[in-house]
Amino acid sequence: MTANEVALSYLVASVLFILSLKGLSHPLTARRGNLFGMIGMALAVLTTLAITRRVDLAVAMLVVGGIVGFIVAKRVEMTQMPELVAAMHSLVGLAAVLIAIAVINDPPAFGVEVPVPTGNRVELFIGTFVGAITFSGSVIAFGKLAGLGTYSRLFSSAPVVFAGQHWLNLVLAIVMGIYGLFFVNASPEGQWTPFIIMTALAFVLGVLIIIPIGGADMPVVISMLNSYSGWAAAGIGFSLNNSMLIIAGSLVGSSGAILSYIMCKAMNRSFFSVILGGFGGAEGASAAGAEQKTVKSGSPEDVAFLLSNAESVIIVPGYGLAVGRAQHAVKEMADKLIEKGITVRYAIHPVAGRMPGHMNVLLAEAEVPYDQVLEMEDINSDFGTTDVAFVLGANDVVNPLAEEKGSPIYGMPILEAHKARTVIVNKRSMAAGYAGIDNPLFYMDRTMMVFGDAKKVVEEVVRAIE
Amino acid sequence: MTGMVDHTIVNLTVFVLAVFVGYHVVWNVTPALHTPLMSVTNAISSVILVGAILASGSGTLDAGSILGAIAVALVAVNTFGGFLVSQRMLEMFKKKEPKAGDAARTKAAR
Repeated sequence: MTANEVALSYLVASVLFILSLKGLSHPLTARRGNLFGMIGMALAVLTTLAITRRVDLAVAMLVVGGIVGFIVAKRVEMTQMPELVAAMHSLVGLAAVLIAIAVINDPPAFGVEVPVPTGNRVELFIGTFVGAITFSGSVIAFGKLAGLGTYSRLFSSAPVVFAGQHWLNLVLAIVMGIYGLFFVNASPEGQWTPFIIMTALAFVLGVLIIIPIGGADMPVVISMLNSYSGWAAAGIGFSLNNSMLIIAGSLVGSSGAILSYIMCKAMNRSFFSVILGGFGGAEGASAAGAEQKTVKSGSPEDVAFLLSNAESVIIVPGYGLAVGRAQHAVKEMADKLIEKGITVRYAIHPVAGRMPGHMNVLLAEAEVPYDQVLEMEDINSDFGTTDVAFVLGANDVVNPLAEEKGSPIYGMPILEAHKARTVIVNKRSMAAGYAGIDNPLFYMDRTMMVFGDAKKVVEEVVRAIE
Repeated sequence: MTGMVDHTIVNLTVFVLAVFVGYHVVWNVTPALHTPLMSVTNAISSVILVGAILASGSGTLDAGSILGAIAVALVAVNTFGGFLVSQRMLEMFKKKEPKAGDAARTKAAR
């Protein structure tokens, strides 16, 4: 293959990657989009194999990695998607670092001149440190998501904070930058020492950046690392002068950045306050003053009665529902209600679940048709005309305090479940949510609390509905 | 104005344009598919395989090619795992009943 043919083939692959993301604009076209992505990737890999001098090693490794990937993709539970994605980000990050080392080791093998020009060195520096931060940051994120906090405090879902943390990070980042400059200006003989120090510092920084971020902010972290993994790929594309890598990397980078933005907005927190961390530690803490107020609590039979006599029902699922594996029971309940001619819809808050769009996947897994599942903006105006809002395992995202000035969550967009004629809330206990604040929704006259495990409660409701 | 345009400048042009394309394409992704979006982009970022394959196949078996081979194995997990798990998720979003009904309501909202 000539260099031009290779470049054209890479161009086709790049277009396929763009089409693949474009397909995700609607569930009906999404599978075709994914297929485009696969074809693009196959084209990119085959083209590269065709121009590689020695393919046996690469093919063997592709098979090994492919088999692992295949098994993981088949076995992973949908509730574990955040962990899987974090683990995958870490692999891209580490690979970027390894490739950068290989380039510095043998530039001509990649079509890079010797001695490596300053421009390429800058690009290698950027690709390496972004890759290294992505790797170690994702490992920490994986540990936090997988609940490995019992093995090491680094993986604790509570934020790990200490005095002078941000200053330490800043100093480390500056020192890393200085060694990066040493590397850029180094002679071929003296280039390894600054490179190794720079990379080691980047690995440490990745850990330090993620440990102060609490469990509630994981959707932002995971989107952010998604973005970093893309920038790392783009950085390697720069050093190899490969447009396809740059294009694919930029697509991923901007996608992750947009998702981070959407997640921050959904929590009404600035990106910087998330990154600086320390939030989400008060998890499970009982809110002050909760004891004085009384709640009305009912049985699953009461819930069944209320639901059966309603004309319209909106179900508000939270992560508690997924933890309790109640999706299938909920779907069964909804089917029974729909049979009775009752309108049933689901309202999804952008941060329901532990990653963007997580709750939609969990409901889709339970075979809930996607046109019954509505986003916050589309359904909020309907709560006022709805007979029953059934809140399952959600708390902060339905907290009306978000509309009151002075509240810690003031300004956070919420699902306006409190506007429904009757509100049913299922929770395991009166513990506060991630934000650690009380929820006035629970004390309203129109609210009935049903305590207990989401799955058990919903199953009993199903039995009670005639 | 003399001389050839530097590689870096060409790359920068591609980069900036690609970020624009990414920005517009991603805003059009329906929020319901944000998790599959993440796994698809994850799979796409494994295009870094190209660099890893080149590294592994430089000809002689040295430190560089071994690192490259390790990178190929690591990223291949992403390539296959990423696309397959996306496919698995997207299968779940398949419509069960043929009735198209009020699908218009799910149109992209942000």
